[in-house]
Amino acid sequence: RSEKRTQKALEGKMGIRFILMVNKQGQTRLAQYYEWLTLEQRRALEGEIVRKCLARNDQQCSFVEHRNYKIVYRRYASLFFMVGVDDDENELAILEFIHLLVETMDKHFGNVCELDIMFHLEKAHFMLEEMVMNGCIVETSKANILSPIQLMDKAH
Amino acid sequence: MEQLKTIGRELAMGSQGGFGQSKEFLDLVKSIGESRSKAEEDRIVLSEIDILKRKLLEPDVPKRKMKEYIIRLVYIEMLGHDASFGYIHAVKMTHDDNLLLKRTGYLAVTLFLDEDHDLIILIVNTIQKDLRSDNYLVVCAALNAVCRLINEETIPAVLPQVVDLLNHGKEAVRKKAIMALHRFHRKSPSSVSHLVSNFRRKLCDSDPGVMGATLCPLFDLISEDVASYKDLVSSFVGILKQVTERKLPKSYDYHQMPAPFIQIKLLKIMALLSSGDKSASEMMYMVLGDLFRKCDSSTNIGNAILYECIRCISCIIPSPKLLEDAAEAISKFLKSDSHNLKYMGIDGLGRLIKISSDIAEQHQLAVIDCLEDPDDTLKRKTFELLYKMTKSSNVEVIVDRMIDYMISINDNHYKTEIASRCVELAEQFAPSNQWFIQIMNKVFEHAGDLVNIKVAHNLMRLIAEGFGEDDDDADNKLRLSAVESYLQIISEPKLPSLFLQVISWVLGEYGTADGKYSASYISGKLCDVADAYSSDETVKGYAVTALMKIYAFEIASGRKVDVLPECQSLIEELLASHSTDLQQRAYELQALLALDARAVESILPLDASCEDIEVDKDLSFLNGYIQQAIESGAQPYVSERERSGGMFETTDYHSQDHHEVTSHALRFEAYELPKPSVPSQASTTALVPVPEPSYYSEPHQPISTSSSVSERESSEIKLRLDGVKQKWGRPSYQSSTSASSSTPPQAANGTSTHSDGGGVASSSSSKPRSSYESKKPEIDPEKQRLAASLFGGSSSSRSDRKSSSGGGHKPAKGTANKAATVPKENPIPVPDLLDFDEPTGTSDVAATDPFKELEGLMESSSQDGGGSTDVMGLYSTDASAPVKTTTSVDSLLSELSDSSRGTYHQSQTTKGPNSKEALEKDALIRQMGVNPTSQNPTLFKDLLG
Repeated sequence: RSEKRTQKALEGKMGIRFILMVNKQGQTRLAQYYEWLTLEQRRALEGEIVRKCLARNDQQCSFVEHRNYKIVYRRYASLFFMVGVDDDENELAILEFIHLLVETMDKHFGNVCELDIMFHLEKAHFMLEEMVMNGCIVETSKANILSPIQLMDKAH
Repeated sequence: MEQLKTIGRELAMGSQGGFGQSKEFLDLVKSIGESRSKAEEDRIVLSEIDILKRKLLEPDVPKRKMKEYIIRLVYIEMLGHDASFGYIHAVKMTHDDNLLLKRTGYLAVTLFLDEDHDLIILIVNTIQKDLRSDNYLVVCAALNAVCRLINEETIPAVLPQVVDLLNHGKEAVRKKAIMALHRFHRKSPSSVSHLVSNFRRKLCDSDPGVMGATLCPLFDLISEDVASYKDLVSSFVGILKQVTERKLPKSYDYHQMPAPFIQIKLLKIMALLSSGDKSASEMMYMVLGDLFRKCDSSTNIGNAILYECIRCISCIIPSPKLLEDAAEAISKFLKSDSHNLKYMGIDGLGRLIKISSDIAEQHQLAVIDCLEDPDDTLKRKTFELLYKMTKSSNVEVIVDRMIDYMISINDNHYKTEIASRCVELAEQFAPSNQWFIQIMNKVFEHAGDLVNIKVAHNLMRLIAEGFGEDDDDADNKLRLSAVESYLQIISEPKLPSLFLQVISWVLGEYGTADGKYSASYISGKLCDVADAYSSDETVKGYAVTALMKIYAFEIASGRKVDVLPECQSLIEELLASHSTDLQQRAYELQALLALDARAVESILPLDASCEDIEVDKDLSFLNGYIQQAIESGAQPYVSERERSGGMFETTDYHSQDHHEVTSHALRFEAYELPKPSVPSQASTTALVPVPEPSYYSEPHQPISTSSSVSERESSEIKLRLDGVKQKWGRPSYQSSTSASSSTPPQAANGTSTHSDGGGVASSSSSKPRSSYESKKPEIDPEKQRLAASLFGGSSSSRSDRKSSSGGGHKPAKGTANKAATVPKENPIPVPDLLDFDEPTGTSDVAATDPFKELEGLMESSSQDGGGSTDVMGLYSTDASAPVKTTTSVDSLLSELSDSSRGTYHQSQTTKGPNSKEALEKDALIRQMGVNPTSQNPTLFKDLLG
């Protein structure tokens, strides 16, 4: 029983709960969840969040509370990056984490744009896999993040 | 070099129909990108599902093709449709020898399957094999999958290999192995409890990446058990020092900041370790002080670290110097134009206020600005701060504000939260009983369906018991004021059910107690309630029982009862009700009306809801009756548990402990030999020893005793009355008036963003609305008054300021308070105070559907992208058929909000047409098939500058 409680407590502080990329038409371009949600739950959640974030203007905070999540989001050209975090996360750091992700993608794709992510969905995911595990930021060196992907590219 | 890369990419696009993918795939992505509505997107995905269902069944699909199908499946699920028909193919792909295919397979599986999915069992074996691979990238791919797919039951299958990998030669593998252990620890702490020493060991790993990753599990471990890790304080401080002294490889730098994400994690851990520990805290003073000096507050990442320092300082026992540093950082945040920094500032204030309560006072105007801000996020954060700084002197202002806000929002989740906060604050700090009742009424009226039922029970209890003071007079007054307020509210339409229950109960208990209202008046009102909410059985039940009490009190006091015709018809209706509960209540009421005064008085004594009722849980008073029945040949009672228990297989009892595990778990050890069953014990009458039956705990109780509600709840739910008595009582407003007149000199110090105005106090009273519209940088007197009532609590500094207040306006005690509390005649949530930026405009924007708006945007975007429409034509094999695309090809980085320069405000103005033009040009050039000769100069200025 106490084990169950610890487990609950641990799952309660996941850090990053999900990462979404959604364009300004509200279409999902990438979605990665670090806790299990059913398809229905994801669809509902994404709809609600996107609605909330798209309704905000540039002067307002880049943070939105939604249910038990806090969403940290940032817009790059047509694409919104949205990260759902626990209440306890450092929002500014997450904001910069988003930027690090974009810089990393930019380093790989060169002038990264929405189409790059659409055509190379798996690669964008691979980068995320290197950067975030169990909802924690585990790697922030661009060289380390990209090296497995470059090695795979070379092999083909 | 960059040019070569670009050329290569263009070539790749041309040669193979795009980025090495098939035409089909390109077409799919293209059409998804072009779809203009969710409905259109859904149509595309549905037809794609049909296609894939067919294609996946074809024999001998080439592997590369299959990889593409898998990605298409990912698309289907990402866009919200079920792709479970293809899961098995993703599972199969994990078996592939080709690394890219294998990793794609693992990726798809982790996206598709939840850890308890049946297909996982087919992957565990592959994972085991891959963990043994010579190719470290294969091992990494498998470890990624371990972190997503292995659940409590499959941990033992991979644990030994994962532990071995902790010492792998490649740092990437060690890092992922640590994270796999971290995952196991989260899923089942006991499965790795003997391995936690590895986390300590890996903190000293030669690779900084492994060290950084190890901080994640250590953070979890330390938050569970601080005491066991106190010895690591010096290590963490040492690591942080090295990081800040740039001892880590340069590749971890981010915007000239050395390994900021590791710094932040370290600060989080240090906050845990040194919370309330003086000596541990002291070890951190140096490095924290350094951070405050070194961090560049002009960049976002610098501010992120500063904020984490503030959090850390709010947890540890800080030195005065550090407190000062933290306060200074907070005031910088609050003065910033960036809403993000303001938000962080408010949050920091809320944390620091715990250790130094006067820090908020110097920022009062900034806080009120945030409270008035149209940005909901900022507003909520500020409410959180107010909640933390509530005391008996400002509770009325704060709770009133909260309630106004609560009424104004639609988000049920937050409404619930803020309602419960209002209740909590009201219970803790209420200055008077009447105020408390009023606040509760508002909460119930506007959020009644959202508040916890306990709140209602608490309220009824409070009204019944009084405030614990032995003052019957005061209690009666409280009840009367409750009754009066309820009689006022009761006829309003659509009250929440819970509130009606409270109202009915209180009216039944105390409606006629004072003699002010007649029984027929009250019973008429109760009938109205039952009539108006005829579909709500609970409310009806409460109303009928309340009626019964009213009549009982009448009968007991010897008066003649005239049952109103509408009551009579209500009773008749309920006698035939489908609800047995309502029926019983109606019959009881009918029976009661026929009884004499003495009997009625003992059934429903006046104001007896607080009397203790002895509950005989064993129903021992029935023993004689039972004995008699058994003697005359009746069967003894067999409990339900015993009855059903007899039907289980005997072996289940034998191994009851294992039962749960064996039913689901994957077993890795051999099954035990079957045991011969023991048939003699399997008969249905066999009595198996059973722990005490649980359902005795809820004794049968007559439904309609006067004490039905509060009595049942009394054991668990108690209003928090401790500590309240001392705090209650008339607060003195002396302090707030003096503080309000003392604000101007403070503002002149520059605490407020609109502070250059100077002598506000004299001009303010004569200048109402017009001054806001002209946007003069003046401090609104309303705001000052609000500030005063919020912050003018108990502070030593106030007394000396009082003397310096040469304020021209010094409103009388009463009016100052009235104005600040935003009284009832102004129900719209404070529109007049500070909405400098066109309140109506912003609310309009918020109300419109963003998707609708976007359709407009889309049109314009496809127009201004007019030159750049042929992108897809270039990518596709069939270059002669150019396709329009609405998907923007702008470089993502073009509009990034300038993180290296920090404030968003600046970036708004500096960037714009220039970079946009450059981008459009860039896009155009690329479409024309010309390779740009140089990197677009404006694009990367932010990043590489």
